[in-house]
Amino acid sequence: MIRTCHLDDLPPGAVLRVPADVPIAVFNVDGEVYAIDDTCTHQDASLSDGWVEGRLVECPLHEAAFDLRTGAPTCLPARRPVRTHAVTVHPDGRVEVHVGVPAPGSGAGVAAGAAERGA
Amino acid sequence: MRSVAVVGASLAGLGAARALRAQGFDGALTLVGAEPHPPYDRPPLSKAVLLGTAGPADLDLCDPADADLAAEWRLGVPATGLDRHRRSVLLADGTEVRADGVVVATGALPRRLPGPPLAGVHVLRTREDAAALRGALTSGPRVVVVGGGFIGAEAASACAALGLDTTVVEAAPLPLAGVLGAEMAAHCADLHAAAGVRLLCGTGVARLLGTGRVRAVELADGRRLPADTVVAGIGAVPAADWLAGSGVAVADGVVCDGGGRTSVPGVVAVGDVARWRTPGGSVRAEHWTAAVEQPAVAVRNLLAGATVAEYRRPPYFWSDQYGVRVQFAGRRAPGDTVRVVEGDPAQRSFAAVYERAGAAAAVLAVDRARAFTRLRRTLTA
Ligand SMILES: Cc1cc2nc3c(=O)[nH]c(=O)nc-3n(C[C@H](O)[C@H](O)[C@H](O)COP(=O)(O)OP(=O)(O)OC[C@H]3O[C@@H](n4cnc5c(N)ncnc54)[C@H](O)[C@@H]3O)c2cc1C
Ligand code: FES
Repeated sequence: MIRTCHLDDLPPGAVLRVPADVPIAVFNVDGEVYAIDDTCTHQDASLSDGWVEGRLVECPLHEAAFDLRTGAPTCLPARRPVRTHAVTVHPDGRVEVHVGVPAPGSGAGVAAGAAERGA
Repeated sequence: MRSVAVVGASLAGLGAARALRAQGFDGALTLVGAEPHPPYDRPPLSKAVLLGTAGPADLDLCDPADADLAAEWRLGVPATGLDRHRRSVLLADGTEVRADGVVVATGALPRRLPGPPLAGVHVLRTREDAAALRGALTSGPRVVVVGGGFIGAEAASACAALGLDTTVVEAAPLPLAGVLGAEMAAHCADLHAAAGVRLLCGTGVARLLGTGRVRAVELADGRRLPADTVVAGIGAVPAADWLAGSGVAVADGVVCDGGGRTSVPGVVAVGDVARWRTPGGSVRAEHWTAAVEQPAVAVRNLLAGATVAEYRRPPYFWSDQYGVRVQFAGRRAPGDTVRVVEGDPAQRSFAAVYERAGAAAAVLAVDRARAFTRLRRTLTA
């Protein structure tokens, strides 16, 4: 499944919540676009409402942080990674989110390895 | 320091054990807990657990890495005393745990309504409480929640979602006014009515009626509310009785300095049981985040034998009720001016800032997590 949005709606520093089977949060960090599951793996909070600092997003409810590149949590209370989704940005600004396809280099959800690489 | 006993094996106690190891303590570590369960998370008890969308396994706080704590767990045995001269924690089964350092993390116990115990009357603090209340909600359609604070509101919200005829009784003119100020508390009070829950304010409970099982709640003004189930959400008292005679000063909580150290050297206190000196006065926080964050500070001071660190972060709590999330951070004081800066209370989605002397002192959000996340960062310690 592919979900699309447009860079016009996603300038650097912005985040979009894209509906899908499970909602996806799409972040533009200094021109790099990342897509992860929107729902925190700890309890029920929307990561698109979180605070982005570098390549980390901090959950708005209990401040677990996730690496946008790997989905790995970098601190408690989250223990499980969020899924990442591969993103293609086209020259015309179209952004395709390949739902369910892990982002390249994300470690495909191998949490421990991803946490180390992401740190 | 060669041995440490952590008394109370819940959120703050587990945090203290983790902090001890993380900070290099490699001596003997014992966790003493009155409950038979390993540490579990309480906030879901009044939310997902009551609604039936989370079970006991979803509450576990320990993860596999906690095996590395190499701790001795004494679960299901309450501590009954602290002998500071012998450096020993006394347990209900007659045994004792010798320890150079003690972390008090015994939390709080729910306040109960006066009168003889009656079936159908519930409190909400433990897994067993939540299971019992959830089971009771099928026994009849009329629920009276006594107390309009956060736990009362969450319980009422769950009852309404389960289709029960729900009434909240609040002795004060408005619930949560002391925490949020009257104006914002009024917006939160409106959430009840919008969900079809009756909110009766300004009248306390005189007594419970019924023999063996509760039948009705009688209010101070004589009104009688028929009830199949009564939930008391009237606050919690610090579980500090076991420290009587120990020399540890207790005054509505274990009295601590700004770093969690008590009146007795080698004894620190964290979480709901502890009253810490803060920039906003002496406070028993009673929030999840304080129980998570105080232990690292207290443990540092315990290991240093002096107050080398203080906890100054503005307090934060959240509450989920009636389909919205309420979040609050900072220290509100009477006289603060409060301003809605985003959204609209009538739409049940807004963020408000409390200002004092031109600076943000506190922030409240109802279903406005993104704004809250940003505004919280403007608060000063
Ligand atoms: C139903 C409910 C909902 C909540 N919802 C929220 C929320 O939405 N947001 C929020 O910020 N906070 C919430 N809280 C508050 C939060 O859960 C507490 O602040 C937190 O649990 C405090 O942790 P603690 O470890 O200090 O104490 P506790 O969790 O109370 O644990 C203390 C432990 O010590 C044990 N103990 C007591 N006496 C002894 C003894 N003598 N010897 C040995 N062990 C003993 C107890 O059995 C208990 O296991 C909620 C609390 C409850 C009960
Ligand atoms: S819900 Fe995200 S950290 Fe708790």
